[in-house]
Amino acid sequence: MSVYLLRRLIQAALVMLAMSIIVFVGVYAIGDPVEILISPDADQAERARAIAALGLDKPLWQQYFSFLGAALQGDLGRSFVFNEPALKLIGQRAPATLELAFGATIMAVIVGLPLGLYAGLRPKSFGAQAIMTGSILGFSLPTFWVGLMLIMVFAVQLGWLPSTGRGETVEILGMRWSFLTWDGLAHMAMPALNLALFKISLVIRLTRAGVRETMLMDYVKFARAKGLSPTRVIGVHVFKNILIPVVTVVGLELGSTIAFSVVTESVFAWPGMGKLIIDSINVLDRPVIVAYLMSIVLMFIIINLVVDLLYSVLDPRVRLESK
Amino acid sequence: MEPSIPATAAPPTIQVRNLQTRFFTRAGVVPAVNDVSFNVGRGKVLGLVGESGSGKTVTGFSIMRLVDEPGRITGGEILFDGRDLVKASEEEMRQLRGNRIAMIFQDPMMTLNPVLRIDTQMIETMQAHTKISREDARQRARDTLGMVGIPSPDERLKAYPHQFSGGMRQRVAIAIALLHRPELIVADEPTTALDVTIQGQILAEVQKLAATTGTSIVWITHDLSVVAGLADDIAVMYAGEIAEYGAVSNVLDHPLHPYTHGLLGSVPSRNKRGEPLRQIPGTTPSLLSLPPGCPFQTRCPRAADVCRQVPPMAEILPAHEARCFRPHLENAEAA
Amino acid sequence: MSATTAGSTAPAKAPKVETPLRRFILDFAESKLALGALIVFLAIVLVAVFAPWIAPQNPYDLAQLDIMDGRLEPGSVSDGTGMTYWLGTDDQGRDMLSGIMYGLRISLVVGAGSAIVAAFVGASLGMLAAYAGGRTDTVIMRLVDLQLSFPTILSALMILAFLGKGIMNVVIALIVVEWAYYARTVRGTALVERRREYIEAAQCLALPTRRIIFRHLLPNCMPPLIVVATIQIARAIALEATLSFLGLGVPITEPSLGLLIANGYEYMLSGKYWISFYPGIALLITIVSINLVGDHLRDVLNPRLKK
Repeated sequence: MSVYLLRRLIQAALVMLAMSIIVFVGVYAIGDPVEILISPDADQAERARAIAALGLDKPLWQQYFSFLGAALQGDLGRSFVFNEPALKLIGQRAPATLELAFGATIMAVIVGLPLGLYAGLRPKSFGAQAIMTGSILGFSLPTFWVGLMLIMVFAVQLGWLPSTGRGETVEILGMRWSFLTWDGLAHMAMPALNLALFKISLVIRLTRAGVRETMLMDYVKFARAKGLSPTRVIGVHVFKNILIPVVTVVGLELGSTIAFSVVTESVFAWPGMGKLIIDSINVLDRPVIVAYLMSIVLMFIIINLVVDLLYSVLDPRVRLESK
Repeated sequence: MEPSIPATAAPPTIQVRNLQTRFFTRAGVVPAVNDVSFNVGRGKVLGLVGESGSGKTVTGFSIMRLVDEPGRITGGEILFDGRDLVKASEEEMRQLRGNRIAMIFQDPMMTLNPVLRIDTQMIETMQAHTKISREDARQRARDTLGMVGIPSPDERLKAYPHQFSGGMRQRVAIAIALLHRPELIVADEPTTALDVTIQGQILAEVQKLAATTGTSIVWITHDLSVVAGLADDIAVMYAGEIAEYGAVSNVLDHPLHPYTHGLLGSVPSRNKRGEPLRQIPGTTPSLLSLPPGCPFQTRCPRAADVCRQVPPMAEILPAHEARCFRPHLENAEAA
Repeated sequence: MSATTAGSTAPAKAPKVETPLRRFILDFAESKLALGALIVFLAIVLVAVFAPWIAPQNPYDLAQLDIMDGRLEPGSVSDGTGMTYWLGTDDQGRDMLSGIMYGLRISLVVGAGSAIVAAFVGASLGMLAAYAGGRTDTVIMRLVDLQLSFPTILSALMILAFLGKGIMNVVIALIVVEWAYYARTVRGTALVERRREYIEAAQCLALPTRRIIFRHLLPNCMPPLIVVATIQIARAIALEATLSFLGLGVPITEPSLGLLIANGYEYMLSGKYWISFYPGIALLITIVSINLVGDHLRDVLNPRLKK
């Protein structure tokens, strides 16, 4: 177990290292580093001083190591716009994005699992066909447009939900969270649903496929031959088996949910990391871009690791030692 | 029609009469089980023999009322304890399954749920039928595992199926079937997937159980040699129908139906050394396009014009029925 | 000898090619939904191609736009020109119907263009991986895995962050996002086909590698490639619209569907829904019709692959 964990951590470190090279090459070599790292407002003298300070006159590999060294100490540069450390900015915005992504994921499971279960158990019913058609739409509809339509219907026409912002927040551990207040939850409802739409479709399809496959398994028939009630057969024997792929995929999708929240955050003016990165790309605030990319890759790696561990808890056949 | 055998004094545990199960597929209606009748007496073993696709497994699932869509029991009776299982409600069936009628499946690697521990899978079976505390249920599970020859059952209860070998898993499945001391066990080729030595052990234990507990067994198999050593009666199925039915010695020693005859001829052990194996020409017909009359006529060496009629099941010899117009009577005469 | 063998197989194959194609068309036409979707999609393509001739106005020609006609409701008539704005106008007085027709052009060109380039790059690399095997295969497939493990939007954002905004950079981003799907598909199919006897026979006959790849392997990879391409075009169109909506794509003077929708965003809150709504519907119909065609193509082509 610990050997496995250690190996995974080394792997993770290697991926981070590779990503740092890609991001470094992307930002420092493809773009003009002077333009990227020095505020366009700086005058000639400042510019020269900064070039020397940043070591841009040194060979590329030396620059990379100084970049890496600073990064390891948590220094990914300062934002030109906010004049604050880029990582700090990301950290401030992260809770908003995380609660949105988690909210969407929970919503996807709560809505998608029962619908998929129904569609899998009664595949020929009208309800199941409607659900499956809906899931195709969920895959096809561009997120941002659905978001706009949600605003149009629920905020403008019906006036039920607020259209933008996070609403009231509560501070815990120095971070602001919306999901602990009613107002915050009301603000979160539409963005979370918007972000969840794609995942709901995904969970429906996975669950349906899983149910249909599992129902044909001998062990389900054997469970029925043991005289178990249909509730127990479906609720325990089928459900526990389909939970494994669903949890795995939903978990792995959490990373992509966080990434895709860029779109939802822009639609609903949700002040998270996604909104920050779009603004930063628009004004070429590249230290923030670098910080965003690095931290999202780190999140990815952590999520993958957690999902792997969770998978082994759920599925007794996976033994970590043997990996 | 009323099967006349076996002529035991006690009423049979189960009587299947004119059972008909059909599958309504897109390609057409498949008569998977057609006019099947047999009895199994208390403590007796019936060997239900046939090739794959002959309808023997569907017959077993019909008794359990576990035929899934698009299949359906479309006729006949299954009499068990004075009631007709074909007409029983789903809840009545649920109460019987795993309790008074149990089933063992073919592939032990597939019958146990991979994500549930053995104790869960045993205890839930008991709790589905009786009010029993978890501790008592665990105790009984442990005893039953011991009974089917699983060493250190205490530890094994906490294990998951993948930690067992195939033979051990089948023993667990058998233990689950035995938990409630059922009156009838439907065993669907339970030893086919196992090594020969383990097959022998399990056969011996099942035979012992049937004798000591009075459990009746429907043993579904394609292997005549298994039936020879185990069964009291034998029913040979072909294309959804019973071709021949009788006491095991009668059927194996003097097969009446040309199909049984051919089947026995193709078993190596029954031939003298150096003599070429006989084989049945042709292949099993598709149930969707059976010839009118006897389903075996296209492969039958004795087929005649009369075989285009549907042969009735008839007691051709005492306690020995066959569905054939031109049975191998010379075998019986020779004996 | 090799020439005669190859020559004699060609005419023998010819009648076979005819029948599957006909059967394919018949199979495809079996689904009314997919057929309808295909017709809708073709209509959209025609509208996009002939937009300059059928659109009521050139929405990119600022001289034609009348700011006085800004944000008119659908069905309004212009005071200046007397023209009817069937789908209303945006804030600059642009006829939404014309805007949508021109926007479709951009969406389709960007979507199809990036899909074709990505297909070419991806298919080449996939074929190389399958044919070369060994280390080349490992390197290419690692890259594919890396690419596929990243959410599309993140890869696109990363590239736009490196290269800056602009329509060409969006196309590059789309290609980078998409190539891996093609590479994986082609490699998978090519690996299966490579083990077939006719390829072994061709190798035994010492046919040139190029000939084996282009005449034998590639044609067999086409069906799955077409399916992937169809789905990827829809995804590319959606992603381009998303990036344009985020303000990272096309310039404001030549709005694509995504940018039209973005322009209408602020007016939506005051109830002027049409600026965002109709371009969204056009985008939706385009994407859904392509997806339906792709979905059905997969169903039709798959059983044939298994045979």
